[in-house]
Amino acid sequence: MIHFVVHDEHDSVGVVVVEGIRAGDELTGWIMDQDKTLITKVMNDVPIGHKIAIRDLQNDDTVIKYGTDIGRTIAPIKVGEHLHVHNVKTKRW
Amino acid sequence: MKHNGNGTKDTFMGYRRENGRVGVRNHVIVLPVDDLSNAASVAVANNIKGVMALPHPYGRLQFGADLELHFRTLIGTGSNPNVAAVVVIGIEDQWTQKIVDGIAATGKPVIGFGIEQHGDHDTIMRASKAAREYVQWASELEREECSIDTLWVSTKCGESDTTSGCGANPTVGNAFDKLYPLGTTLVFGETTELTGGEHLVAERCRTPEVREKFMQYFNRYQEVIDRHKTSDLSDSQPTKGNILGGLTTIEEKALGNIQKIGRKCMIDGVLDKAEAPTGPGLWFMDSSSAAAEMVTLCAASGYTVHFFPTGQGNVIGNPILPVIKLCANPRTVRTMNEHIDVDVSGLLRREMTPDEAGDALIDMMFRTANGRLTAAEALGHREFVLTRLYESA
Repeated sequence: MIHFVVHDEHDSVGVVVVEGIRAGDELTGWIMDQDKTLITKVMNDVPIGHKIAIRDLQNDDTVIKYGTDIGRTIAPIKVGEHLHVHNVKTKRW
Repeated sequence: MKHNGNGTKDTFMGYRRENGRVGVRNHVIVLPVDDLSNAASVAVANNIKGVMALPHPYGRLQFGADLELHFRTLIGTGSNPNVAAVVVIGIEDQWTQKIVDGIAATGKPVIGFGIEQHGDHDTIMRASKAAREYVQWASELEREECSIDTLWVSTKCGESDTTSGCGANPTVGNAFDKLYPLGTTLVFGETTELTGGEHLVAERCRTPEVREKFMQYFNRYQEVIDRHKTSDLSDSQPTKGNILGGLTTIEEKALGNIQKIGRKCMIDGVLDKAEAPTGPGLWFMDSSSAAAEMVTLCAASGYTVHFFPTGQGNVIGNPILPVIKLCANPRTVRTMNEHIDVDVSGLLRREMTPDEAGDALIDMMFRTANGRLTAAEALGHREFVLTRLYESA
């Protein structure tokens, strides 16, 4: 069963695609472009559609999704941690 | 229907109009020129069954480019081949006649009524008589077999979430990549929702001239944002619904958005708001990213079928343009089932391939073109929202 999907293997994030994910769950991810599988332990409860980090990020790092820059971190983020508006901001506007 | 070798069909059953364009609906509409004429227009649609009024809040004391856009949008809406005939009602004769003349260029039946010196009662009576004649005439028009290259397909997504970028939007992209070589006329827009992915759109422009024009529109809209913003727009773009659905930044939203133009088709031209394309291919139209505004502009540009991917469940429709909704979020498909025409949530469970999802959307496109009512049509969603460029005088 697929719990989260990743667009590209170089991305920093995956998207949770099932409901009811709880902290500590072991999740199976599908990397779509390379058709590979990835196992990650999630650190928080994460709603469907929300992202988790699939690599460790420092403060003020660039977040990559679709192989492209989608913003910057405003706090360090660990693998399996919920990544959203509380720890990532736009670089535009 | 005939099938070609690509698994898609070659023809659909449409209404061929006087100017050669093909519609997939046969509406007779009452089109108010201005806010003051809404009451009479709605009264006519109440009197005559099968006639639809398109009320809206604008049309007085507009000037310059904003007025031109108002006229272009109304004339384009009346000229859309999904419309068989038009009754125009305005407060005064001159602007009413301008809309009538613009629509009359298509050759379709159109008549205008000015309210001043007549009042609502007399106007409603005369306009109702005209509307009755039009709707009875239109009811005898028959669908005929039309080639796929006469179909104009627009796209815009709404209440997007991360499943839009992984599922519903790439499904539109897959369908666009298949429809493009068949000679269809396609369009996308949402200028500010390309922010962070504008370089990827620029790379897809067919010529340097097209690229330059796209970047001019893109940069102009960025200046509008910069001039008026009071924050980094994190409170409005992404929307609260987008954020609830997991989208974090405008860049992430834009990259998901861009999935709608597929991986192969090239951008052949750039349109101003409500401007009609001059040939087949994929067009970019400068436009707001607000759903009803953008879809109204697509209808005014002459598009006849719309692909609308949603994540969190935008319920939008349009009076004359059938809006086909597709969704990859299993929770939305479950909780808002009556709004979804094509369920592509299987993509995220690996139970459906992108090709299968694209084919399912194209199949629904043919069914819709042949007459199936979309969810938005059945639910009575008729959002008709005119884009304004600045204050009235």
